[in-house]
Amino acid sequence: MIRLFTLLVYVWMFTPIIAVIILSFNPQQFGSFPMEGFSFKWFVKLSHNSTILDAFKNSLVLGSCTAVLSTAFGVPAAMAFIRYEFRGKQFLNTLLIAPIMIPEVVLGVALLLFIRWLQQPKSFALLLIGHVVLTLPYVLLIVQARLVGIKKEYEEAALSLGANPFQTFKEITFPLLAPAIFAGMLFSFTISFDDVTATLFWATAQNQTVPVKIFGMLRNSVSPEINALGTVMIILTVSTPFLAGYLSRRFASGK
Amino acid sequence: MVYRVIIYSGSEDFYARLSWETMVLKQEKDPAFVKFTGIEKRFGKVVAVKKMDLEIPEGSLVTLLGPSGCGKTTLLRMLAGLESPTFGDIHIKGKRINDTPIHKRNLGMIFQNYALFPHKTISDNVAFGLKYRNVAKSVIKQRVENALETVRLPGVGDRMPSQLSGGQQQRIALARAIVIEPDVLLMDEPLSALDENLREDMRREIDNLQQAIGVTTIFVTHDQREALSMSDKVVVMKDGFIQQQGTPEEVYNNSTNHFVADFLGHSNFLNAIVNKKQGDLLSVRLEDESHGLAVPAAAFNKGDKVEMVIRAQKFNLGYRADHVPEQGENVFFGKIVDRSYMGGEVSYFVELDNGLVLHAINFVKRSPYRRGDEVAMTVAPEHCRLLKV
Repeated sequence: MIRLFTLLVYVWMFTPIIAVIILSFNPQQFGSFPMEGFSFKWFVKLSHNSTILDAFKNSLVLGSCTAVLSTAFGVPAAMAFIRYEFRGKQFLNTLLIAPIMIPEVVLGVALLLFIRWLQQPKSFALLLIGHVVLTLPYVLLIVQARLVGIKKEYEEAALSLGANPFQTFKEITFPLLAPAIFAGMLFSFTISFDDVTATLFWATAQNQTVPVKIFGMLRNSVSPEINALGTVMIILTVSTPFLAGYLSRRFASGK
Repeated sequence: MVYRVIIYSGSEDFYARLSWETMVLKQEKDPAFVKFTGIEKRFGKVVAVKKMDLEIPEGSLVTLLGPSGCGKTTLLRMLAGLESPTFGDIHIKGKRINDTPIHKRNLGMIFQNYALFPHKTISDNVAFGLKYRNVAKSVIKQRVENALETVRLPGVGDRMPSQLSGGQQQRIALARAIVIEPDVLLMDEPLSALDENLREDMRREIDNLQQAIGVTTIFVTHDQREALSMSDKVVVMKDGFIQQQGTPEEVYNNSTNHFVADFLGHSNFLNAIVNKKQGDLLSVRLEDESHGLAVPAAAFNKGDKVEMVIRAQKFNLGYRADHVPEQGENVFFGKIVDRSYMGGEVSYFVELDNGLVLHAINFVKRSPYRRGDEVAMTVAPEHCRLLKV
């Protein structure tokens, strides 16, 4: 009985996604079952659509920058929260984690109002700042969890053996932390890559991301191109973590 | 001053070679190689170490012994540079090191959980400290091999720490600490993560190694057996204060206060009142007037309230019926209410006629006494000590 329910839940969850993938190979303008033929027509059409390609490029650049910036801020912050004692630590930590709990709509509007108050135009930088705020909590949480697991004694041993604090970080802490940093980057990238709600508020016409573009296209018509685009997105967001997992295992065993 | 010359004699016995070196070439030793003066450490309102003075002689193995929370680890960590003292100074080799950061102190540190770097091979672990000491690559290799040989684990260099057992890992940690030829070797409960049998072996190993290379060593433990068996000097601590320091024999046999006597071994405490001096002996009576006893003469006056300490091992048990009174001997009569057999010896709890329960540990001769047996416990006056109340 429970098994049946589990199965139904999975069917419920995955059928729409699978439908999108299947329909993207349907040559007809309006999707219907059974499919009449099989073609890559929409994918080809997609690859000639320059606005989509631009959006794709935007998404990739934005995702990568977000990943790099979030880890660049998140790792030192996590180190400070776990390894050092200072006034207002708990408060600061909560503050940085907060974006996870605040609805994205609120966050989107808030940042927009803030930018308006500063009398700055919407820009790529704004989008990037917004995404870093959105993804930083994930990096923080992942890296903190790992840091708690890395015993302080490793660092103390390295220091006692004559390595200065920077050498200790480079030789001991960083290598032990690397999987978490990598995971944090990946999380940031994927979250940034398929965020719609907040990005909708922040994106300008020039720097639309793929999800926002899809959203825009849906308002006009349901083009089979969207199915194809959806398929590409699914493949990308699903395969990135898998690939990363595979690579990290390769590195781990190779050493 | 210490002059050390490494001579490769080709001798098989590393220890013998090293002891010869240290014996012949070592000049007079500095009695205050490590010196704490007025050291105090506070964590917020908690005072972990209070106004402490301590000197550690060069080349000796000193244990800081005490229950958890007594400040022994804090003291060690201040010497290591992992904590900074709130007040007071720390000197090593006559140089004040309060403001020297940890990585410039040249100390070897051993941790309870080994703290081998899990992502580095054994060789890289041992070589780690040498990398920051301007040692040539070829020399590093040689010294790592020597260090691994010293801890009797040659040939494991290519393995990862997780592939070694706990005891082996701790030996690698030892190799990693001594390869840098530290001024002081600091050990923070290094044996407590090992199981019983291994602990004994490892303890002897550390002891031998320390004697062989003669490095000044500070060993933190809560295990009195470790402290008593391997130390040149034991420092018993409680609540941030030094309770007593001295050789293992001194602190065990001449405990100067209740805590030390109670913490080391198994002691019986009896409240007594001093009576009068009789030659070499002092006669006392228990507070409840049940027993009159003799103890070695000490600086007490008639009527002083004292606490009498008798070690559980110092009692001799015999059947009450067989007891023949002897001049100048202290005797207690009672009934065995509990006993636990521990292989070579048996631990008895004897309830006296006045309700007092005494603890005695005796070797098993033929058959041990049973619960309910009426016994006579005799103890010589020299095994009874008086403490001020």
